[in-house]
Amino acid sequence: MKFLNYLSSAAIPIVMSIIIVYGLLEKNNVYDTFVEGAKEGLEIVVKLFPTLLGLFIAIGALRSSGVLDLLVKIISPITNLFSIPSEIMPLAIIRPISGSASTALATDIMTTFGVDSKIGLIASTIMGSTETTFYTIAIYTSCVGIKKIKYVLAAALIGDLVRNVDFCSNLRIFVVKFFLTNQ
Amino acid sequence: MLNIIWPVFILISFAYGILNGNVDKINQSIFESASSSVQLCITFFGTICLWNGIMKIAQKTSVIVKLTKILKPLINFLFPECKEQENIKQEISMNMVANILGLGNAATPLGLKVMKSLQKENTKKDTITSTMAMFIVINTASLQLIPTTVIAIRSSLNSANPTKIIFPVWIATLCAAVAVVISTKIFIYLDKNKYKTIRRKR
Repeated sequence: MKFLNYLSSAAIPIVMSIIIVYGLLEKNNVYDTFVEGAKEGLEIVVKLFPTLLGLFIAIGALRSSGVLDLLVKIISPITNLFSIPSEIMPLAIIRPISGSASTALATDIMTTFGVDSKIGLIASTIMGSTETTFYTIAIYTSCVGIKKIKYVLAAALIGDLVRNVDFCSNLRIFVVKFFLTNQ
Repeated sequence: MLNIIWPVFILISFAYGILNGNVDKINQSIFESASSSVQLCITFFGTICLWNGIMKIAQKTSVIVKLTKILKPLINFLFPECKEQENIKQEISMNMVANILGLGNAATPLGLKVMKSLQKENTKKDTITSTMAMFIVINTASLQLIPTTVIAIRSSLNSANPTKIIFPVWIATLCAAVAVVISTKIFIYLDKNKYKTIRRKR
């Protein structure tokens, strides 16, 4: 367990060093390239901000008005059956539909229940391991004019389901142990 | 999509809040949400620019070429129908590497290029081929090595250890990727057999 925790912490420095060493070996102007790339990152965030602002307000309204709690209460009998924390379900539902809405919702969940709480950690993992399924399928099929997608949505949603159910029920036990032993 | 979701979220919450007498809370949350989105973006400025800079270095080196070579056997297994088409396989692996490194901005255009190349080979232009299906499904599987966005969110909320989720994320991603590939392979198999039996009946 200690090793796995170490692996999590070491992942970023290791990946960064490998890339920088490669850059040096191939005699690139590493720093100039870095700055150039970072500048592009600036644009990404600036473009992202208005979307996030709008969705933060929408999610904040859902939370403060009590709609989110109501929703969680409604679905809790089903989620209890699979021993999934029902507070996570809104995120699991929104995640495949919209990237920025799920960013706002995940931030809200982590703020409400604590970043390092069990629910906060599950929310983090869902955010990190899933993609905006509907958006991806739509953009890839529409660009070449494909209309009949047959089983693609089903297959992709099976993936989301496995991630969420698997993670929330079975993996959770493992992960909770993982976090507890390392705290 | 958001043109529907966004107004629905807001109107439902406002209506529900007013009915429950929660108007003050909603008012408070509107301004709190606005400032917390700024807070998150400030953290994003740091992490996303940093990662983008590092990945720019990667793009200029042979790391990507090396990774594509490593992926070759996997791609042969996933896309058996492109065995002969080296250029398509090259494009697919470039897209996968971009996804793994978290180069969202590079991955999508590369992916669209793959779709265009695959469409050229497609005999029924409005229907998806099995290669396309597998390719799209893999793109929905989020193969990202370092989940930068979540780490940024976690550090903006002052987590004790923002990177701690990397390993659990790998496990969840891997489980789902395996599930997705297996189910897609089964779907492709069933789909092909369906057409065979239809042909036989004719």
